Amino acid sequence: MIQAPDLPAWAALLTAFFVLFGAIVTAIGSFGLLKLNSFYERVHAPTLGTTLGIGALLIASVICFSVLQSRPVIHEILISVFVTLTTPVSLMLLARAALYRDRSEGRKDVPANFSTPPGNNGRG
Amino acid sequence: MTTLLLSLSITAAQILLGFAMLCAASRMLRGPRAQDRVLGFDAVYVNAMQLLLTFGIQTGRIIYFEAALIIGLLGFVSTVALAKFLMRGEVIE
Repeated sequence: MIQAPDLPAWAALLTAFFVLFGAIVTAIGSFGLLKLNSFYERVHAPTLGTTLGIGALLIASVICFSVLQSRPVIHEILISVFVTLTTPVSLMLLARAALYRDRSEGRKDVPANFSTPPGNNGRG
Repeated sequence: MTTLLLSLSITAAQILLGFAMLCAASRMLRGPRAQDRVLGFDAVYVNAMQLLLTFGIQTGRIIYFEAALIIGLLGFVSTVALAKFLMRGEVIE
């Protein structure tokens, strides 16, 4: 289904650029999620799409709807504020859970828990 | 002319976002451990949100924006609940 709203030339060019930029950045981020090796490297990759990709798409959406309705439409800022606040929280919780699981299994490739005094069970 | 350019770039963006969703879904299906699956799920819903935003730009309707907002809210809550489950073994203590 190939269609697009009827925008003036400058708005169409700006919207096309921001939509394509956001999609390319998101695709790079998700490809990194597939390609990187360890979990602690992979946890960084999708944040590219979450912040920069959604930001570019929301700028495109603001331009498109502001020109279409000929008044400033800025309720997309809701999504960008919400996503910018929640992405670090959820990914930090996930990384802490992964670190906890790796430590409780006694893996050697994660940093040890420094809250316990050094010398405990040989790896403190 | 510019409308054709805009429609082609929106379609290309949708194809790229579909590729991104495929990458994230493949990580969710085959991820070696549980946290990789949760990470893939997180990326899948963010990409679905972006796909809905491009549909909104394509059709010029505001309703897709609200669907994207709801996906964002529910996805955040579910990721936090899954991370808590991985940490503690239960969601509500």
